[in-house]
Amino acid sequence: MVWVNDIIQGILTGGLYALFACGLSLMFGVMKVVNLAHGDLAVVGGYVALGVITVTHVPVLWSFLIVVPIMAAGGYVLQRTLIQAALDRGVLTTLIVTFGLSVVIENALLQFVNANSHSLGVGNAIITGSFSLGSQIQIAYLLVLIFAVAVVVLLGLQYFLSASRYGRMIRAVADDKEAAQLSGIDYRHVFGIAAAIAFGTVALAGIGYGMYSQFAPTTGTDTILLFAFAAVVIGGLGSLWGTLLGGVVLGVAQQIGSQINVSDQVLAGYLVFLLVLVLRPQGLTTRRAQS
Amino acid sequence: MSEPQGRGGDTPLLEVRNLTVHHGQLRALDQISLQVFAGEVYAIIGANGAGKSTLLRTIAGLHHPTEGSIRFDGKDINKLRPERRATGGIVMVPEGRRLFGSLTVEENLQVGATYARKGPWTIERVYEIFDWMAQRRSQRTAQLSGGEQQSVAIGRALVANPRVLLLDELSLGLAPVIVQRIYAMLPQILATGLTVLLVEQDVSQALRVASHIQCLLEGRTTLEGRPSDVTPEQVEAAYFGLGPQAGPGTTEGSGTTAAHGTTEGPGTTEGPGTEEGYGKGTTAEYGTPGSPPAGGPGGYGGAGSPPVSGVGLGGVAPSGEEQLLWSGSTTSSRGS
Repeated sequence: MVWVNDIIQGILTGGLYALFACGLSLMFGVMKVVNLAHGDLAVVGGYVALGVITVTHVPVLWSFLIVVPIMAAGGYVLQRTLIQAALDRGVLTTLIVTFGLSVVIENALLQFVNANSHSLGVGNAIITGSFSLGSQIQIAYLLVLIFAVAVVVLLGLQYFLSASRYGRMIRAVADDKEAAQLSGIDYRHVFGIAAAIAFGTVALAGIGYGMYSQFAPTTGTDTILLFAFAAVVIGGLGSLWGTLLGGVVLGVAQQIGSQINVSDQVLAGYLVFLLVLVLRPQGLTTRRAQS
Repeated sequence: MSEPQGRGGDTPLLEVRNLTVHHGQLRALDQISLQVFAGEVYAIIGANGAGKSTLLRTIAGLHHPTEGSIRFDGKDINKLRPERRATGGIVMVPEGRRLFGSLTVEENLQVGATYARKGPWTIERVYEIFDWMAQRRSQRTAQLSGGEQQSVAIGRALVANPRVLLLDELSLGLAPVIVQRIYAMLPQILATGLTVLLVEQDVSQALRVASHIQCLLEGRTTLEGRPSDVTPEQVEAAYFGLGPQAGPGTTEGSGTTAAHGTTEGPGTTEGPGTEEGYGKGTTAEYGTPGSPPAGGPGGYGGAGSPPVSGVGLGGVAPSGEEQLLWSGSTTSSRGS
């Protein structure tokens, strides 16, 4: 029964990891940018939510309606300026630039906010409540909610990419951006849209994380970025549903690890991550044919 | 093909003046000028590395000239980004087809039509002229044969309703019979009022369809005129940069060019990967040798040939025919 509980908790936590990971995966898939600031952006999303809630008194659960558009707009602008400028100088430059961005964000948060941990929605019944399955399994409403959000986001993203005009343009640009230019498409604009989506999803993840746990300025690189990377690699780069699978595998591994020894939680996740890298470096989901 | 209406008369639809393009240190185009009038089929011919593709790509906006100007419909378009030129009516079918491999046939056409100008071409119309395409519209283009991919690439350009269609090496990597079939579509395409500027290594094919030809060698113009006004000997000489008296067995112009049409190459099943297949055994990129030992006085390409051309074909291949054979299997200039 303990194991069943671990697996259920792990799967649900995987939804949160998938939310972290899908933006990272999207930005890599479309513009070949490995965004090392991705985790910090999630934390920024958390802080923005904190600010929005303080100022507007909007309910925590609905704060995303304001936070996600703000972060998405920020993502578009950042992509069109800083990240595009880095891309123009080569893919490696984007690594350095996003690393620098990560450092800047962390220190700016330390400077202008503080080093304390924050969390969102303490005392909210939905966020802190749970229900029981049998005698040993306690399931938090929040984790179920986050998992559902992750599935909805992935479904929405998949539909957007496969059926909408902009989704088609994103896929075309990911395939061959020069050929897309010859079809009249400004790939920089398309990159901006992809970044906006990535930032929007990571903001959602940041809000979810703030409700699930607590965040501080350094949480982004300490925890979130690494979990997101692990989820992406386990699931398979460039695969949307792979990020969910990767998140779930990571979550389950962590839960089982913590069952063996509480201090082994994180270690167990990375052991699985390493195992996948060695045995199946392309990820668990077979990568779709890429040209 | 129909005779150009406005040659010498009204203003050209597309005009290139003294265009010079560098790839790093290498001068790929040197003071090239050309005028394309509405309704024309203007063919740029030349051996590998002559600068043909560079010229087309510069017109499409993918390379920046170091000097010179490009005017379209009377306006200077030098500063326009490639996508703005495409939406303005200059649409290129790139070398190697460059389809969106993970997209279906129909999605490729839809992408081409995203920012289409108003005009006669629709996806349905493309399905009409390529009758196999409608049935396979939901297949990924990566699964198509080389000739089918080329057709989709042409369709993707047509649905944008270009005023000038730039065709870059349609024959590359395709069997001669497929090339014939694709070129046979040209009259239907022209009937809708398009102007075509094409680059072709296959000289006989170009001479057949063009109303005006221009031959490049090492980034310079060596011959220009209507196909009916030039002799095979002139073309041969301009193509290889041979002096009029040099070059053994040079008279058989169209016969030798057929050698180019190799059977479908290794890269033909996948769009963007083709250039790799053709890159094998390449010796000369841009510096196609213009000055073989025999090409002395009066030779077109003798002057200014870059030092890199020393490794090139001219010093190795004894006759024009072999040079052409070889050049048919070398890579294009795009990669470097």
